[in-house]
Amino acid sequence: MKLHEHQSKELFARYGIPTPQGKVAYDAEAAREIAKQIGVPVVVKAQVLVGGRGKAGGVKLAKTADEAEEHANTILGMEIKGLPVRKVLIDPAVTAKAELYLGIVVDRAQGAPVIMASAAGGVEIEEVARVSPEKIKRQTIDPVLGLQAYQARELGFDIGLEKKRVPEFVKIALGLYRVFVDTDASLGEINPLFISSEDALIAADGKLVLDDSALERHHDLEMLRDADEENQAEREARTAGLSFVKLDGNIGCMVNGAGLAMATMDVIKFYGGAPANFLDIGGGAKSDKVAAALRLILADPNVQAVLFNIFGGITRGDEVARGIVDALAQVKTRVPMVARIVGTNAEEGRRILASANMQTATSLEEGAKLAVEIAKAGVGN
Amino acid sequence: MSILVDKNTRLLVQGITGREGMFHTKNSIEYGTHFVAGVTPGRAGEMVLGVPIFNTVRDAVRETGANCSVIYVPAAGAADAMLEASAAGIALVVCITERVPVQDMMRVKHEFDRRGTKLIGPNCPGLISPGQAKVGIIPGNICTPGPVGLVSRSGTLTYEVVDALTRQGNGQSTCVVIGGDPVRGLNFVEVLELFQKDPATQAIILIGEIGGTDEEKAAAYIKAHVTKPVVAFIAGQTAPPGKRMGHAGAIIEGGAGTAEEKIKAFQAVGVPVARYPVECAELIAKAL
Repeated sequence: MKLHEHQSKELFARYGIPTPQGKVAYDAEAAREIAKQIGVPVVVKAQVLVGGRGKAGGVKLAKTADEAEEHANTILGMEIKGLPVRKVLIDPAVTAKAELYLGIVVDRAQGAPVIMASAAGGVEIEEVARVSPEKIKRQTIDPVLGLQAYQARELGFDIGLEKKRVPEFVKIALGLYRVFVDTDASLGEINPLFISSEDALIAADGKLVLDDSALERHHDLEMLRDADEENQAEREARTAGLSFVKLDGNIGCMVNGAGLAMATMDVIKFYGGAPANFLDIGGGAKSDKVAAALRLILADPNVQAVLFNIFGGITRGDEVARGIVDALAQVKTRVPMVARIVGTNAEEGRRILASANMQTATSLEEGAKLAVEIAKAGVGN
Repeated sequence: MSILVDKNTRLLVQGITGREGMFHTKNSIEYGTHFVAGVTPGRAGEMVLGVPIFNTVRDAVRETGANCSVIYVPAAGAADAMLEASAAGIALVVCITERVPVQDMMRVKHEFDRRGTKLIGPNCPGLISPGQAKVGIIPGNICTPGPVGLVSRSGTLTYEVVDALTRQGNGQSTCVVIGGDPVRGLNFVEVLELFQKDPATQAIILIGEIGGTDEEKAAAYIKAHVTKPVVAFIAGQTAPPGKRMGHAGAIIEGGAGTAEEKIKAFQAVGVPVARYPVECAELIAKAL
């Protein structure tokens, strides 16, 4: 789960990281009031959960309160990478002498957090990594000991900070690590970390991505979820406990197991078709879950055929079959369906589906070929 | 022979009195796994499925000589359960639980490395040495003993390939599913090393998926150290970048971790890559 810039910076501030003392506005008038209150010049920043806001025109400097209102008016009507801007952050403008980068990520290869810093901040770090990787300095953090001050010091000197700024840099790095751990983040990032004209370090931007698996122990953070982060289908999937990703094709897929779900998409493509979605119903899926999954798939008007691929182990074939029949009773559709069910109670499952006039298959290849043929014939709508 | 689990495995189950733990332990016993103890705090003295329950892993190990533990406890307690098993001296810990927070896993992995405890998982169905021992939830009826070693990041996709192998008459030495999480216990390389040393394994199937660089590392390892024939399959060729495909580890980040790169890495070291899962079985039949 991604947090907004203003949410991340509020958390950073609680951990002693200096941030501009801005406020959030939901309309242009409020933006003007905030600008008056905190004093101009201000920066008006779109709060959306995608990168590249600046390039899209979602970040603007305002020298007067009137200008802040104007900019807020423009930005609040924008869409950035398909996401509507519903709020703006009004931050006091800071004049920067230099822009640094500081971030902590989970390094999956080492199974440990890695802290990275660069004197080339203010641009996307992926870009720096591509163009001049030598400008990024790293330290691997022992997950039991945590980030040590000496590591942050080494980083500070490695990126060429003046020695008088190193203690403040160390304090910020240690704060960022503490917030990373306390929020169960998978990414914590300050980009840019300004060196202001008054020689102070200040986190001008902030980003936290939280581990979805850990949200159960962070109900306070879960409350910060932005409904716009996911589309309606993805939200319904999450509520139903399903893994769902919408794609551009026309063959809906419902599969038990993430790896098999990906392989099913691949086999559809291998036979010349295009998958409409990734959908993992998980292990032991009961009929209500299957029904929710089917509604999700059929909500996509592009879908011309649906392929069920169930390898019964924990998931019982007859249970899934009943789920499909139940769902079809609720969701009226003419989209043809192919069911490939093998494993535990598969024969019973296939019998139930055949009596509901559904085509069945015993191998994934056979099922995928059938679904591709049907989708090409385009009899679904 | 086989790797990791066999007839000498003395299995302990953490979280045995839960619904999942009970159901799958029953299956493991029916399969012939040597099951010696269960652990549920506060339930010591009870008997479940014919074996004693203990309050702690420490007590269970002392009384029964358990050497392998499988964990079915919910995500909130999974890291603690893994650490308890390691501290009690269990040599192989298998964690079935899904959605274990990644920061918990970083600490667990660190501690396991320090103690030399082997970990399979989390978020995996476990492993099976057909005819000898089944630890976890892989359906025993689709497996048969034989010469093919299999290592995979995904459960049901593995069943698909194992089923095809069995129907074709090629049995398995051991099937190990290492799980779909970004930070996990044994990885492809460690399992490949074990298969290379195991005299009963004559050929190896590796099933990978998008995300991370473990498949690339496996390809490099195969080139340097594996003399047995290897066949690979990579799931997620049609996955879009930036979206997590069910498994927490299955995501293409910043253009890295694509199926295409992984397939190229294997082909470059002479490992044939199946175009669809069942083709693994066809390719391995040629290699044997």
